[in-house]
Amino acid sequence: MLKLIDIDFEVKKGRSRLKILDHLSLEILPNTLTVITGPNGSGKSTLAEIVMGIKTPTNGRIILNNIDITDKSITERAKLGIAFSFQQPVKFNGINVYDLLNIANGELISKEEASKLLKSVGLDSEKYLLREVNGKLSGGELKRIEIASILARNAELLIFDEPEAGIDLWSFEDLTRLFRKLKAMKKTLLIISHQERILKLADKIIVLEEGSIKDQGKPADVLAKIKEEKR
Amino acid sequence: MNWTNEEKQIFCEVADVFEIPEGAYNFRVNGKSVGRKSTENINIEPKTDVSGLDIHIKPGTKNETVHIPVAISVTGLSEAVYNDFHVGKGADVTIIAGCGIYNCGPTDSTHNGIHRFFIEKGAKVRYIERHYGFGGGRGGKILNPVTELYMEDDTEALLEMEQIKGVDSTIRETKAKLGDRAKLVVKERLMTHGRQKAESSYNVILDGVDSTADVVSRAIAQDVSRQNLKLTIVGNNKCRGHSECNAILMDDAKVIATPSLEAANINAELIHEAAIGKIAGDQLTKLMTLGLTKKEAESKIINGFLK
Repeated sequence: MLKLIDIDFEVKKGRSRLKILDHLSLEILPNTLTVITGPNGSGKSTLAEIVMGIKTPTNGRIILNNIDITDKSITERAKLGIAFSFQQPVKFNGINVYDLLNIANGELISKEEASKLLKSVGLDSEKYLLREVNGKLSGGELKRIEIASILARNAELLIFDEPEAGIDLWSFEDLTRLFRKLKAMKKTLLIISHQERILKLADKIIVLEEGSIKDQGKPADVLAKIKEEKR
Repeated sequence: MNWTNEEKQIFCEVADVFEIPEGAYNFRVNGKSVGRKSTENINIEPKTDVSGLDIHIKPGTKNETVHIPVAISVTGLSEAVYNDFHVGKGADVTIIAGCGIYNCGPTDSTHNGIHRFFIEKGAKVRYIERHYGFGGGRGGKILNPVTELYMEDDTEALLEMEQIKGVDSTIRETKAKLGDRAKLVVKERLMTHGRQKAESSYNVILDGVDSTADVVSRAIAQDVSRQNLKLTIVGNNKCRGHSECNAILMDDAKVIATPSLEAANINAELIHEAAIGKIAGDQLTKLMTLGLTKKEAESKIINGFLK
């Protein structure tokens, strides 16, 4: 499904260059749920943004379904079936929830379909469908609308960058239930998360540290090692 | 009424009129009234001293509309039109104005529309004004509206002022004086492109106890266009005033926003917010992750901003 081959990502820091990702290679298999975890600054979000095309790697190749997408734009990657849920949802002036879901779907969807999408993230469509996606909504509401916009994409590969961040009213249980459902729908999920309850859902956990893979494997094994290290 | 295709386009754009509307109306084309109707509650009469209309709305008139759109479809016409609206006590009406100019000739065409509103106690007015220009001639499409509101106690006015596109030069002046508990809400949307110039000034005087004003201007300046926005709120009593100016700057355009608050009473609460900047990068990125191209994303953001 997705292969990252020898990815480097550097940024300027003063006169020197700081390596955020260092010769990183990994593979995400189709219809699996992979969680990438690791300490702050380990390069997790950068990795997700590189897959979506938001950031460009200094070196390396990205292969999606045997197509080299390294030089493709964000739009082209979206059209090839990648969806990306932002850690900090974006706010707009004059774009309401229904508009956003229509843009995400690519076609005009019925209000009933839009309502179903909102219901799946615990929002009442009567109250939210025509609300502007702006700063008058709480962080939690914006986050759930962000996730609904990803569901509206019907994409093959769904990337969630810290989906738990800002989930206030909506319970964690609902979020994990949603991921289980997506997994059952044979979607491929790549989730950036620190949360053990999300890590436990994974088919595979990848632990990043200082831009490199420190560990990877089944949740039971990886979590046991993490707990051991914390002692 | 026989309208040319250009005049039809103007009336659609500025007043959403595809056929003769319900209620009172006056259609003005190339300096002349081409259709007028009064109703039982709304009387439209031409002025005798200058070009323009006196529009009398009877006290207590509810849910009625007045359409007074203007079209100019010839080159070189310059006109000043004085329309006075007398809104009777307790009335609740919608007034749809607006002007469009089609100019495919060599000489400037200009419309100066001076609208005065005398809103009597307890009355409510929703005023919609759209300006629009098109036509590829060298002659400019120039629109200079003046809007004055005299609001008695317990009145409400909602102004929706929009310059859609194609207006080469505009100087917009809006003045309002509010009595006790009067409430003014202004939503201005201004878009300039090419070499267009726009000036828009507001001078809102909150004289009445517990009077309120909320003036929000959203502007988009593209290409090498210029905009100069001046928003002044004066608080002379216990009152609340809020003005907000948000502008998106594109290409080599320039926007100047000058807020001004004058408080002459210790219980006056006045706030101003202003922000000028390019289209937010995160908004573009988000819409591109949903499959839009950069151009499509820009267009969605601009359309949303001007809603």
